[in-house]
Amino acid sequence: MSINLVTLLYLVASVCFIQALKGLSHPTTSIRGNAFGMAGMAIAMVTTAVLIVRLIDDAGTGATLLLAGLVVGGGIGTVMAQRVAMTRMPELVAFMHSMIGLAAVFIAIAAVAEPHAFGVAPRGAPIPTGNRLELMLGAFIGAITFSGSVIAFGKLSGKYRFRLFSGSPVQFPGQHLVNLALAVGAVALGALFLTSESWPAFFGVVAIAFVLGVLIIIPIGGADMPVVVSMLNSYSGFAAAGIGFSLNNPMLIIAGSLVGSSGAILSYIMCRAMNRSFISVILGGFGGEAVTASADAAQRAVRSGSADDAAFILGNAETVILVPGYGLAVARAQHAVKDLAAKLVERGVTVKYAIHPVAGRMPGHMNVLLAEAEVPYDQVFEMDEVNGEFGQTDVVVVLGANDVVNPAAHTPGSAIFGMPILEVSRARTVIVNKRSMAAGYAGLDNELFYMDKTMMVFGDAKKTVEEMVKALDQV
Amino acid sequence: MDVASHTVTNLIIFVLALYVGYHVVWNVTPALHTPLMAVTNAISAIVIVGAMLAAALTETTLGRVMGTAAVALAAVNVFGGFLVTRRMLEMFRKKERRAAPPTAAGAGS
Repeated sequence: MSINLVTLLYLVASVCFIQALKGLSHPTTSIRGNAFGMAGMAIAMVTTAVLIVRLIDDAGTGATLLLAGLVVGGGIGTVMAQRVAMTRMPELVAFMHSMIGLAAVFIAIAAVAEPHAFGVAPRGAPIPTGNRLELMLGAFIGAITFSGSVIAFGKLSGKYRFRLFSGSPVQFPGQHLVNLALAVGAVALGALFLTSESWPAFFGVVAIAFVLGVLIIIPIGGADMPVVVSMLNSYSGFAAAGIGFSLNNPMLIIAGSLVGSSGAILSYIMCRAMNRSFISVILGGFGGEAVTASADAAQRAVRSGSADDAAFILGNAETVILVPGYGLAVARAQHAVKDLAAKLVERGVTVKYAIHPVAGRMPGHMNVLLAEAEVPYDQVFEMDEVNGEFGQTDVVVVLGANDVVNPAAHTPGSAIFGMPILEVSRARTVIVNKRSMAAGYAGLDNELFYMDKTMMVFGDAKKTVEEMVKALDQV
Repeated sequence: MDVASHTVTNLIIFVLALYVGYHVVWNVTPALHTPLMAVTNAISAIVIVGAMLAAALTETTLGRVMGTAAVALAAVNVFGGFLVTRRMLEMFRKKERRAAPPTAAGAGS
């Protein structure tokens, strides 16, 4: 197999990857898109395997090692993909980012140790300066991706007592100075490696990158994790592209930059939805502002009602919009909500779901959670599609969402001023289910709860919605 | 005339691929952003190609250990990424079948 044929097959694989992303423009084409992705990966791996067999006469040990790695890793990946709960998707994704990051570091180390094995330099010759720079960048981004993703994974799972894995931001004086000093150190060691190809300098850069990855993610609060996961997605892509640069492999560059731009766009979308600036996210160190909860919150009166009252209002409505928040997923109430919607549709009520971009713990998370509960996707609408309709809606049911429906976003001076919200307060009646009057992530009081048109139904989302479904039969 | 260096050619590919990625990803429907993230995880596992070369073609213990470990790490993503994406997309498809009769008329998209 000539190198030209190999490269052309890599081109085919690259086109398959583009098709895989293109397929995701609609649910009906997405499965075919995913098949394209799998085909692309298969072409790339088989081509490489054939190339390896042709390059070496005695493929024995190398091939055994390769297969062993493939079987172990593939087995773990398959089991994880089958077992993971949909609420745990953000952790799985963070975990997978860390795998890519670490793999990139390992490949870079192997390439620095034996550049001739990858055709980067003739045996015994020094690595060309361009490739040195690329290898170092690939390893640096990979290492940041790895350690950053490990921290993100810990924060997302919220199960570990380890302080760095806690949802609340970790901050210390001079944090930014330490980061800056480490970055300067990395540049200095990098320059040393570029000029001398010195091993200690290379490992120094990688070690600094591991530390930096941790330091960049720990000051970010649990609420901002959707941005962090998207950002690390982008980093993992650029790590792959960096490896592609150093090995002179266009397919790796193409696949890596597709992923890199995808992650960057998702972080941009998440930032916009959370009213954060993109730059402050890339630089890290956000989500740590101490927000003072309003003190008079407990004193004000709200109108509260029972699930039966809510069912009565819903039974007499013509149009209903359901607004699910992450609290709904925590209470595992998706199926109950689907039953409620089905009951309402049976009675001739028009039912829609309205999804805020940051309703879940990662981009599009709430859509997957609803899809898992077998909610038809044509009932589910994005914020921009549905926002104009709240004014003509009889009843809105807010389930476990808070900041994303807070009208304070329209009040200049508010901490969330300018954040795009679901315009729930324009509906004729609003039913809000919450466990208590506790504030949302932003620590803000929500004016919506005190409005005359709002009825609060306190209690666990799953239990409350199930009671509504039951009560609806008697209306 | 000299041939452009590898780095320059690679940079051209990089910029053009970023451009393609930008346009393709903006077309992804927001409802599928989680599957997008899972599938991009699988796609970035393309580094497995470099890992395979490292595992099979290096001669030192360091190179082989690093290569084999990298193959295993990337393989987790290759299999895990594509399979979990398919699992999620199947969930969206099930709904499509059930909802097919009422939407069949207007399902031009």
